[in-house]
Amino acid sequence: MFSPQSPEAHAIATLFTYFLVLAAIIFLVVAGMVGYSVVRYRARPGAADPRPTFGHRRIEITWTVVPLVIVLAIFVFTIRTMATVDAPLEPDWPPDLVITGHQWWWEARYPNGATTAREIHIPAGRRLLAQIESADVIHDFWAPQLARKMDAVPGRAAYIWLRADVPGTYQGACSEFCGMQHAGMRFEVVAEPEADFSAWVARQAETPAVDPGERLFRERKCADCHAISAGDNATRIGPPLAHIASRKYLGGNLPNTPGNLTRWITSPQSILPGNRMPDLPVPADELQELTRFLETRR
Amino acid sequence: MRSGVKAWLSTIDHKQIGILYMLTALFFFVVGGLEAMAMRAQLSAPNLKFLSPEAYDQIFTMHGTTMIFLVVMPSLVGFGVYLVPLMIGASDMAFPRLNALGYWLTLGGGFLLYVSFLAGGAPDAGWFSYAPLSEKAYSPHSGMDYWALGLLLLSAGSVIAAVNFVVTIVTLRAPGMTIRRLPLFVWITLVNSVLILAALPALNAALVMLLSDRLLQAHFFDPTHGGSPILWQHYFWIFGHPEVYILVLPAFGMISEIIPVFSRKPIFGYGFVAASTLAIAFLSFGVWVHHMFAVALGRVFISVFAAASMLIAVPTGVKIFNWAATLVGGSIRFTTAMLFAVAFLLEFTFGGLSGLAFAIVPIDWQLTDTYFVVAHLHYVAFGGIAFALFAGAYYWFPKITGRLLNESLGRWNFWMVVVGFNLTFFVQHILGLMGMPRRVYTYPDLPWWGVLNVISTFGAVILGLGALVFVANLFASLAFGARSGDDPWDAWTLEWAAASPPPPDNFKRVPLVRSRRPLWDLKHPESPDWATRGGG
Repeated sequence: MFSPQSPEAHAIATLFTYFLVLAAIIFLVVAGMVGYSVVRYRARPGAADPRPTFGHRRIEITWTVVPLVIVLAIFVFTIRTMATVDAPLEPDWPPDLVITGHQWWWEARYPNGATTAREIHIPAGRRLLAQIESADVIHDFWAPQLARKMDAVPGRAAYIWLRADVPGTYQGACSEFCGMQHAGMRFEVVAEPEADFSAWVARQAETPAVDPGERLFRERKCADCHAISAGDNATRIGPPLAHIASRKYLGGNLPNTPGNLTRWITSPQSILPGNRMPDLPVPADELQELTRFLETRR
Repeated sequence: MRSGVKAWLSTIDHKQIGILYMLTALFFFVVGGLEAMAMRAQLSAPNLKFLSPEAYDQIFTMHGTTMIFLVVMPSLVGFGVYLVPLMIGASDMAFPRLNALGYWLTLGGGFLLYVSFLAGGAPDAGWFSYAPLSEKAYSPHSGMDYWALGLLLLSAGSVIAAVNFVVTIVTLRAPGMTIRRLPLFVWITLVNSVLILAALPALNAALVMLLSDRLLQAHFFDPTHGGSPILWQHYFWIFGHPEVYILVLPAFGMISEIIPVFSRKPIFGYGFVAASTLAIAFLSFGVWVHHMFAVALGRVFISVFAAASMLIAVPTGVKIFNWAATLVGGSIRFTTAMLFAVAFLLEFTFGGLSGLAFAIVPIDWQLTDTYFVVAHLHYVAFGGIAFALFAGAYYWFPKITGRLLNESLGRWNFWMVVVGFNLTFFVQHILGLMGMPRRVYTYPDLPWWGVLNVISTFGAVILGLGALVFVANLFASLAFGARSGDDPWDAWTLEWAAASPPPPDNFKRVPLVRSRRPLWDLKHPESPDWATRGGG
């Protein structure tokens, strides 16, 4: 809260400063009254009781009315700042991102299908409408430098404006006790220039690129019978292929060459009849891709 | 008084029951204090592994629940049960057997809460146990069931005590003690009892609903079956905020007795102190949503509760000004009781002002559920209520035991508690402003967080030792304290006209009550209050 980085957080910090000054003045008035009395009216040895006084109507009315006026002024400032922080929006305004609290991590979804966890990216300088939800218990989304906090209540969507004036990484935490790892439910808001943000959000919407040969290996069901990663110790029908390219022979005494590998993939039964691998009709282009991929597995 | 274990177990004497309440509170004060120490140890540096997250969650839940329901409530009821009949010149409470039942229910509730540790784990959802975290799906072990059942018993005990206070104060006052001549402690206890009767049913209803959800597969608070987690919050806080005033009002009552006696002046503005209590009690039912400002409830709805929450500062301020004005022109005697009462004025004012921050909605939107709240609530609960209880203990211990509490130990007690308390909790305001959420079992090593937390822990150690000095003083003075006589403070209310300790039926003869200070009139026949404005 000490270094607000958005107009909304700034409005709250300013209001807090006013409050702090006012509270300090009131405290000093009371402390002054008490402090003066305890020094000035300390009992002298052998002193008789002072003459009783029972009250004073005009003083009472003063210290009722003055605080009342102060409180009314605070109320006006409160309402005005509320309107700044929770600026109204037109109905049916679609949210720019949906933030969901889970035990014990934060999920953020963007309209283009991008989904991320913990690290929430926003474009610097632009106000986003964030929809806050929960998947289980009540959480609270709080990035103190950027926005007010908002409870994430299951079954109930809530909205806040989320904005950062300048690019940077801002700390955030869950602020409603939500179970064992409440303390671990931290997040960062990464504000970046508009272009970087667009690139990021587009990239997040795509499935990361995989080797096309590996994709074929899985799609063509090779992976059902062969392990392709080291340390995969599940019992399978065929031999592991994680480092197939480093071996001297294929099945039987068939030397491990690209040509023999291609032959083995399409017609193993013609090389070692009766072995457990069926002949597979693989289109030529896919066959080439698979062979290339397996040759990289040294 | 009859003595012996059997006599204490079967007693229906209001003084013995009051002492039982206070001893129970003292026991749980030590337990809750040790829980606080465990938490401060775990938080003394970032990423410590002294306590597991499970253990930490159980301990902070039990610390809050213990301090509210097993320390402050029983000690305030205990002081009330002991003092109210004496202050109004009665020989006992209106319903002595009900009085005993109230105590034993309280002890039973405390037992149920703590037996949960042996029955699979203590409750771990915080003292306000928000659903659905407190539901079976997220808190499957039986701790929450013990929590709900324990609180039901404690709540029943409080309602019983409240009924008894109302009937006692309405029907058993000495001749001449009109409602406008009641000692302020009694006046405030009367208002407070009405508050208890109005607020606790909401808690009981919520607890029964929670138990139905957990044990009978109901869905009051389960959003996946049409229930509402927000409903729990409304029920809990419509009890919970008046509860804050239920806890603090009797403390106000004690301060209103102690400051005048040691200033050697009657309370300034009796009528305004009394009337402001009514205003607080009334407004306290219109402020509960300020615990829920971070929930999206609608701006207009929230504004109404913000207005009420700010307004309640006005009658509270009136009280503070009247106490301070009582000091002005007095002849102040700095006994330990008075030291605590004066410190109360400052600490409570501080806590009240930091509370105003949470009525200012946008500030609440930043600071709720952070260490700023932890700091604020301890300035009210410890700097306010506990300081008043310490003052009350030093003031009335001679009446209860016939011996004075040791004043040298009292000074150590006072200064260690004041220094320790402010060290512990002042820095927590800053931690909250820096973004540290409450109820975290550990925190990352961000700039200053470690330093401020270790200061807080260091303060807690001093505070804990200061509290130990108090406990030691109680036992040492009980055995070796100087004899006090019946009226060691030259005080003015009726309890000081009884012997110390008072005999079973309290008074040989109740003095005639013609003003708010009957013993002043007795001691100063030349200038009695009833001849001046103090008649009431």
